[in-house]
Amino acid sequence: MDNILSVLVFFPAVAGLLGFVVNKESARAYGITVAAIEFFLSLWLWFSFDMSNAGMQFVEMIPLIPDMGISYYLGADGISLFIIIMTTLMTLIGMASMGETKNIKNMIITLLFLEMTMVGVFVALDAIIFYLFWELSLVPMLYIIGAWGGPRREYAAIKFFLYTFTGSLIMLVGMLFVAYIYHNLTGVWSFAITDWYALVLPVNYQLWLFAAFFVGFAIKVPMFPFHTWIPYAHGQAPTIGSVILAAVLLKMGTYGFVRFSLPMFPDASVMAITPIAVLSLIMVIYTAMIAYAQKDMKQVIAYSSVSHMGIIMLGLFAMNAEGLSGSIFQMLSHGIVSGALFMLVGMIYERRHTKLLSEFGGLAAVMPKYAIIFGIMLMASVGLPLTIGFVGEFLVLIGFYQVSPVITILAGTSIILGAVYMLRVMKLAFFGPLDNEENKKLKDLNGRETWSLIPLVAIVIWLGVYPKPVLGPIDNSVKAMLSFMDEKAITQEAKDMIRVSKSSKEAK
Amino acid sequence: MLEPINVSLESLNLITLAPMLIAIAGGLIILILDLINEKLDKSLYVMLTVLILFIDFGSVLGLNVNERGFFDVMLIDGISIISQLMIIGASMIFIPLALTSRRFHEYSYPEFFALFLFMIAGFQFMVATDNLILIFVGIETASLALYTLIALHNRANSYEAAVKYFTMGALAAAFFAMGSAIVYALTGSIELYKVAEIMATRMNEPGLMIAIFGSSVFLLVAFAFKLSLFPFHTWAPDVYEGASAPLAGYMSVVPKIAAFVVSIRIFGMYIDLGVEWVRITILVLAVLTMTLANIMALVQGDVKRMLAYSSISHAGFIMAALALDTTEGNTSIFLYYALFMFTNLGAFAMLWISRHKKRRFNARYDHPYEKFAGLVQIMPMGAVVMGLFMLSLAGVPPFSVFWGKIYVMQAAVNAGYIWLAIVMGLNSAIAAYYYLKLIVYMFLKDPVKDVDTVYYNISKPLMAIIGFATLATVAAIFYVQPLVSYLYYMISASGY
Repeated sequence: MDNILSVLVFFPAVAGLLGFVVNKESARAYGITVAAIEFFLSLWLWFSFDMSNAGMQFVEMIPLIPDMGISYYLGADGISLFIIIMTTLMTLIGMASMGETKNIKNMIITLLFLEMTMVGVFVALDAIIFYLFWELSLVPMLYIIGAWGGPRREYAAIKFFLYTFTGSLIMLVGMLFVAYIYHNLTGVWSFAITDWYALVLPVNYQLWLFAAFFVGFAIKVPMFPFHTWIPYAHGQAPTIGSVILAAVLLKMGTYGFVRFSLPMFPDASVMAITPIAVLSLIMVIYTAMIAYAQKDMKQVIAYSSVSHMGIIMLGLFAMNAEGLSGSIFQMLSHGIVSGALFMLVGMIYERRHTKLLSEFGGLAAVMPKYAIIFGIMLMASVGLPLTIGFVGEFLVLIGFYQVSPVITILAGTSIILGAVYMLRVMKLAFFGPLDNEENKKLKDLNGRETWSLIPLVAIVIWLGVYPKPVLGPIDNSVKAMLSFMDEKAITQEAKDMIRVSKSSKEAK
Repeated sequence: MLEPINVSLESLNLITLAPMLIAIAGGLIILILDLINEKLDKSLYVMLTVLILFIDFGSVLGLNVNERGFFDVMLIDGISIISQLMIIGASMIFIPLALTSRRFHEYSYPEFFALFLFMIAGFQFMVATDNLILIFVGIETASLALYTLIALHNRANSYEAAVKYFTMGALAAAFFAMGSAIVYALTGSIELYKVAEIMATRMNEPGLMIAIFGSSVFLLVAFAFKLSLFPFHTWAPDVYEGASAPLAGYMSVVPKIAAFVVSIRIFGMYIDLGVEWVRITILVLAVLTMTLANIMALVQGDVKRMLAYSSISHAGFIMAALALDTTEGNTSIFLYYALFMFTNLGAFAMLWISRHKKRRFNARYDHPYEKFAGLVQIMPMGAVVMGLFMLSLAGVPPFSVFWGKIYVMQAAVNAGYIWLAIVMGLNSAIAAYYYLKLIVYMFLKDPVKDVDTVYYNISKPLMAIIGFATLATVAAIFYVQPLVSYLYYMISASGY
């Protein structure tokens, strides 16, 4: 099947449309089945993927608006492949574990449309199609936060929408400018990213364009100081909303850096290493400190997820294969681990209708299964060896060490700080005396909840022990991209920066 | 002894007049029908109007590009053809909105339909000439008919709206007349192509620049009134509020298309002559219009007023494209309106559906936000459709207005105005807030309990129109390409 990417994008959308007809009581089963089929389709994509090929595969191209250079252009490489699989997996598991009962049919349909836009973002190779899915993904999320969220849901939903929308409009101007330059040089209009890769831009253009794209992506990541929308979004969103937001939507930002900023503006990217590293460090350390101070369990997870996004950003700008592959691997692990943690918090919230740490204590005695799974996910989040969190974080730190040992050491504190605030959660919630009467009546995880979490636990351990099947293709594409960036870079310092890392790789 | 003037019929090229004559004849037919039988139902007049517009549409399509006729007064170039097509097309969508299930006063008069057709003829005259006097005649014909149509809504604030619009329109007409007079005094001609030639030769004369400035100021003010640009926009929200919802939607599209065509002809000429001052003024006006109207729209308590301010802001958006004076810029004006037309008319039609005879929710407004609270629970399809229109207006892809927006922004970038594109982007972000506000009310809030919320003004024809508008909004991605290439071809063929 050559057009599997189109199928992957539009299958959930068609299913969402047809879902309007499905009976309310059967909506959940319908949604889970559709998400499962979608997940198997994405697995099929993995199996038919040519691991040795570092370029774009399953490419589809249909000109849509040739006068404006817009075409329906899809493709996947090693970088996007696993993010797609992670997206479909997290949608499936999020849906399966969902405890929501209010308006379940609307929720299922919204999630299916959201899945279309998320997959669309990761397979789009045309900037306008990318932008289209990128913006469209805001609408279902707005609805999920706004309709099922907490007491301040409307404020949170609008803040989320407007913040991202503003950033992406600046990015859109950047895209239009790139298209304009492309037109000036070649006489043809094109928004195809692969065409844009061929552009060698003067450094000052690169800097401006990097800044324009940076605004769009950084708000989505969210980078400090653009992160203020995320505590609201996570705080008010229902569990499924937080799961998807943390697992997939944030990845759109970092993916955008890999897909656009790095290969298109290599010189500007090299120049931006220091400022971005500083911002990422602030993200890592500052949000970890905030996480420690939180009284609300979900906010701890929310801030820890931002803190880990800092590590991903750091890896992206290491400009070498270890850093980049590690950071892409970390995107996957962050998606799975923080998604699982949000699900776990949601499960306790459903039982007790509170997320305040002070309300809990000694839960391990009444909910042993819950405590074990929570513990594993928590360790993975901290980056314990032999869990998925370790691989990415380690690679990123190795990668960035070649750039700046000082920053790497500071960033390495994230593991310590992470351990501090995560173990605090563990201590307050699961250990200590079981003194709250209400907690004594708590039931352990039921079958549905257990079985939706076990696959994630399995992945966390499997990829922690043996990451090669995933790291291999990522590494391939990353190396191809790096050597391409090296060729394309015009300033000597950029060439040095990118080459240094390659030679050290060869030396090993 | 005067020489007898011999004019051959061929040289008149009367076919260029045919579209307007069809509209006028149609209006007369409706009046005659009413004379013969007074009891005819509005549905007959509606369908008759649509049929006449259909013939009108066909006759415009049949015109050849770049022809002159009727003592060279009529000018049928690319932009006059596409703007006529758009005017007639929008009118054809608009007029069936009269077929509501409740009866509203104005549509029971056949005069409404006759006036409507005369108004269209007026707009057609406006766009199909470059003669300043005929433009003036067209503006006045169309405006006088429009004032009456507004007043026919038969409410206290409709009269207020009509009188306000009339006063402002008269002022604008006066400015236009004075501006034209100066142009005539400078060049001895009222035909723009001759004016441009003569002015070009006299550009270097010292002391003349002040007169050229003067003429451009007067004309600019006149069209700023018509296009509701800041600071001449203050009439627009009140007039839109007073007019019936579909007419308000209509006013935010059709008269503006006509006014934009004339603006392209007049101000394009000034910019081509190298009067940079005009370009800068237009840019400043455009930026102020889009920004301030957006900020005003944020604080409105009534959806109709919000949409009124939003359409002012959209007009500012497009005005900026006019200042670029490139083929792409001019194409973007038409593309934007062609795409905006469906969405905006659709949104106003949705207001029309929700219109009650009495104000149930608020003593002051017909369509306060509270009215739409929880609409998704009462009328799920209606809420989804309205939500789509709002998203489209906010510029969320892949809905129609987005394609207009990126084309305008691309045109701005291509002309070297990157700051303008960024201003446009930021303005779209501001605008997203008030569109979202309605979405939040419709989808995320519960209905107001103590008011009996029924939306009964729907009927099959209205559903068909709204369905069509929705389709055009959602499926825009598939027809943008032919639209762009047709518009671009027509505009470049007429040399703009």
